[in-house]
Amino acid sequence: MVTFYGTEVQSRLMLGTALYPSPAILEQAFRRSGAGIATVSVRREAGTERAGAAFWDLVRQLGVKVLPNTAGCHSVREAVTTAQMARELFETNWIKLEVIGHADTLQPDPFGLVEAARILTDDGFEVFPYTTEDIVLADRLLEAGCKVLMPWGAPIGTGLGLTNIYGLRTLRAQFPDVPMVVDAGLGLPSQAAQAMEMGFDAVLLNTAVAKAGDPAAMAEGFARAVEAGRLAYEADPMEPRDMAAPSTPLIGKAFLE
Amino acid sequence: MKITVNGDSHEVSGTTLDAVLIELGYGEAKVATAVNEAFVPAASRAATTLQDGDRLEIVAPRQGG
Repeated sequence: MVTFYGTEVQSRLMLGTALYPSPAILEQAFRRSGAGIATVSVRREAGTERAGAAFWDLVRQLGVKVLPNTAGCHSVREAVTTAQMARELFETNWIKLEVIGHADTLQPDPFGLVEAARILTDDGFEVFPYTTEDIVLADRLLEAGCKVLMPWGAPIGTGLGLTNIYGLRTLRAQFPDVPMVVDAGLGLPSQAAQAMEMGFDAVLLNTAVAKAGDPAAMAEGFARAVEAGRLAYEADPMEPRDMAAPSTPLIGKAFLE
Repeated sequence: MKITVNGDSHEVSGTTLDAVLIELGYGEAKVATAVNEAFVPAASRAATTLQDGDRLEIVAPRQGG
């Protein structure tokens, strides 16, 4: 059980809804993984298209909590307006805030992110900022009113896993009571397990599942890895050491020379 | 008057946002709107008057990551 802005969610796996081969496979991925939160977006709709209504019906059938994003926004104004449109469409104050600062890496613009987070928090939003592992930026986001942080593992869609273990560990240790979601860059369940073992509260991914040969199976794989990683974290792992230490007692060993 | 709708130029006869949405075929569609980059809530559409050259964005729920 994890709590974001007072809302308890059973699963620590959050899944995106984009890039799946079909709506049916999207639905299977959610069912098999038990993911409790789905990210969604808003996009232009043509006059008689009604694609939005069809997608919205599908998401509602999943029975999950919806987290709209401001994906693709590069300015504060664009992100704020997109968030406001998303709030009306999805009837939630939750917003995954993306303010992108660099086209090739989709790295967040830290200055725009803080400004947009402040504006949206003041406007009643519950902001989930897509951020880096930077602890100063994290501090500013918390000051701006964010009560959740979503540091990246690696750039969106790369599947590189946790590219800055030290930075993520430092961030986790610096703000032990802030719910944190490793968002983006995960490619394999082992990487999700690693994030959970480090004490992150949840992971959010999309491409690794949607672009797998069998998305539903991969979604289940991630769900199990997230559970395994969380169990390991709660179980207080042993400290690694350099020298060997026999696990089988030497006392009572038969003398056979 | 001529306005821009989702990046394309449109000639519309309605003057309020709700009238223009119906004219453009959105009717009861589940959409949200922004005029000149500022959000316009559904409840304010009837009272929102469009001007020649306004930029209207009309969005709906979509897949996202």
